[in-house]
Amino acid sequence: MLGEEAAHRGPAAGGAGAPRLALEGVTKSFGASAVLKGVDLFLRAGEIVAFMGANGAGKSTLVKIVAGVHDLSGGAMRLDGRPFQPSSPSDALRHGIVVVHQAINDNVVLSMDVLENLCIDRLCRGGPVLFRRGRWRAEAQAMAARVGLDVPLNTPVSELSLADRQMVAIARALGHDPKLLILDEPTSALSDAEAERLFRVVLDLKRRGVPVLYISHRMGDIRRLADRIVTLRDGVVTGDFAPPLDYGAAVQAMLGRQLAKASHARVPGGEVVVETRDLRVSAESPPVSLSLRTCEVTAVVGLVGAGKTELAECLFGARRPAAGAIRLDGRPFAPASPGAAVAAGVHMAAEDRAGASLVPDFDLSQNVSLPFTRAFSSLGLLGRSAERRHAADFVRRLGIVAPSEIAPMSALSGGNQQKVVLARWLSRPCRLLILDEPFQGVDIAARRDIGQALRDTAEARATLVLCADLDEAAEVADRILVMSQGAVVSEHFAGSLDREAVIRDLSKSTHAERHAA
Amino acid sequence: MPSAMQPDLAQPASANLPERKRSEGFAFRPIAVRYGLVTLLVLMVAFFGVMEPSFLSVRNLVIVLQSVSIVAILALGVTATLVVGGFDLSIGAVAATSLMTSSYIMVVFGGGTVAAVGACLAVGALVGLVNGLLIVRLRIPDLLATLGMMFLLLGLQLIPTEGRSIASGMTLPDGSTATGSFTAAFLALGRYRVFDLVPISVLVMLALALLITVFLTFTRFGRIMYAIGSNERAARLAGAPVEAYRIAAYMISGVFASVGGVLLAARVGRGDVSSGNSLLLDAVAAALIGFAVFGAGKPNAIGTAIGALFVGLLLNGLTMMNAPYYAQDFIKGAVLVAALMFTFGLSNRPR
Repeated sequence: MLGEEAAHRGPAAGGAGAPRLALEGVTKSFGASAVLKGVDLFLRAGEIVAFMGANGAGKSTLVKIVAGVHDLSGGAMRLDGRPFQPSSPSDALRHGIVVVHQAINDNVVLSMDVLENLCIDRLCRGGPVLFRRGRWRAEAQAMAARVGLDVPLNTPVSELSLADRQMVAIARALGHDPKLLILDEPTSALSDAEAERLFRVVLDLKRRGVPVLYISHRMGDIRRLADRIVTLRDGVVTGDFAPPLDYGAAVQAMLGRQLAKASHARVPGGEVVVETRDLRVSAESPPVSLSLRTCEVTAVVGLVGAGKTELAECLFGARRPAAGAIRLDGRPFAPASPGAAVAAGVHMAAEDRAGASLVPDFDLSQNVSLPFTRAFSSLGLLGRSAERRHAADFVRRLGIVAPSEIAPMSALSGGNQQKVVLARWLSRPCRLLILDEPFQGVDIAARRDIGQALRDTAEARATLVLCADLDEAAEVADRILVMSQGAVVSEHFAGSLDREAVIRDLSKSTHAERHAA
Repeated sequence: MPSAMQPDLAQPASANLPERKRSEGFAFRPIAVRYGLVTLLVLMVAFFGVMEPSFLSVRNLVIVLQSVSIVAILALGVTATLVVGGFDLSIGAVAATSLMTSSYIMVVFGGGTVAAVGACLAVGALVGLVNGLLIVRLRIPDLLATLGMMFLLLGLQLIPTEGRSIASGMTLPDGSTATGSFTAAFLALGRYRVFDLVPISVLVMLALALLITVFLTFTRFGRIMYAIGSNERAARLAGAPVEAYRIAAYMISGVFASVGGVLLAARVGRGDVSSGNSLLLDAVAAALIGFAVFGAGKPNAIGTAIGALFVGLLLNGLTMMNAPYYAQDFIKGAVLVAALMFTFGLSNRPR
């Protein structure tokens, strides 16, 4: 299954010293959906491992297991050779597992100053009842010095730059005397100079023997720091690369390597439905000009942070673009809200099914009808039987596996929940259908059904699918746009898809970004 | 090694929540959640019926209904705000303001019944609108916004009369004497009995209970309000005008509370500044007890009505058995805690 990557595999766990942390066949399921399907991973002392995976690959679930937030469903963990199963985040912390989260502000207490932030963990562990700043000053000074943080200790953290806040978080982390440091996308909000400061701190840690699990997609970071690259895809480790690091192969392993034979012939686009001209999703982002046509399914691929979701939100009225124009059927289109977009015939199934699409208290039929209750009611009174018939119809058409059309959503697997979301937006005809990461946590069979349903119904509307996974995009799309750093960088077509070129486009720009300056 | 977790099918597949340990094969639990409170209600009625046969007389049951009618109306209103995931602490104050407004209009301005009632409903709607705007536009947390509004109204209603109650012939701040009086039609709202048995307030309560039940359960507006309460982001991304619905919920709550205030004024027959002090807590308790009825686990109008009735029957029965009046609040509190245990403790909600 690993194919050519096997040649790149690093020495086995027993090689250059026993691993500090080892995961053996770790699995994790939430209800019916398996997120991790048997992950083997090890980190040795003083090793920086870059950990890559697309959205929904299971990275954050894995981190949460190591950090004691989730129990594992199966498999085992070892820390310094001893069985390790933290019962809670604070238990993991006591064992020296320190996580610096991607959202920098989650790692600090904004309303307190630097000294208080640096000492808070020590305070939680005990000490004198009275808090006297003088007592802690020397210690806090030393902690700040270790990460090269040079700000007055009485500065409120809310007044620090993001980079300095992160340094406070890392200084705090080092105060725990970590056995393992996990950094989640640490440079995503930092400038080059700030990132360089972070790299020096991470390399210093490495010298002192602390292993670092470094989650990032930034090739610049990985090139600078990583001793190994481990890639995760769809809940399994798909690559483990030792030096000399092959970045292209790593991106390929992360995004999926067997190019599924496109089961469909390319359908050329019909009339233009949606056109964006120099659309900027935010003031700093580059302009995007694209057009979407009937009949054709367009997929936008891009790594995390490429700007796909922001683009979709602009089209759906969930975000005000900073500049540029959208035209729908030739007329200017500037939806003020999702409600206005739906009324104009733009439908969107947002990313994050549980958080943004499903109403947990509603049954299947109620979740399907939610945007279109008007169509199922007269004088405001809902026609429950029409609503149920409609849902039952979609249960049949999309092959939704559910006890009935009034089953609670919790009785459905991830793939079937996604089909319900699709049924919702197929309920009424529309001009543009947008699906943001529709295949996250969706099994292969359901993915195929969803793709087929999309293609079967695509004739009268434009269809836009956003996904990080190239295989998924190739399976459903007639045309693939590659997005990077907010810009559409290339266009590819089903049938003549040059996979290497797509991957180059995806990784080249992330590659270049640190070296451009 | 600690237990390998069983996959928990009751949990949404993609919910990002830590799993819970749970006990297996405990079929008693869902039944207890669903029918526990109703069973308790039936047992309680049977107990009082046996101990005090007059408890089950029609006349006594009407007395119970009358005693809970105003609280129930306020509770039905606050249920609407609970449905959209909000809360309205100002309902008691709105009722009190409504009571003072109607009294002032009739006694001081010599206004008629329609003017008095109309002004009260307008005040209720206005307060609801302001609450909604504070919460939706200024993003003030619902509890804080309505707490502030509660204080504001409780103080405001004292200002025109310099803190005195309103009654015919009272001396006004400018030294003159109030010439108006409560109209007969207005007083009839509190005193007239249909078929010489059922007070108007009970009929109003039943009508409003029916109205809000139909609205929340059978109309698309109610459906969307429940969607907002269950997952606001999903409702917004499904195109629902979330802000408008949330404001509407507070306006419903305000209008219902002002109806309660009108009925209270008609019953008391004067603008008593201290009437309605306990309305807020009693109404909130009824709505929260309603969560537990039939295991709904969420705000619902029928549950709210039953919750109010539950408290009314319990207090009435205990009074007949000579329980001291000062124990009433303790008993209400105990019922509320028990109901919350049914709702939150026994049901399979994720932590």
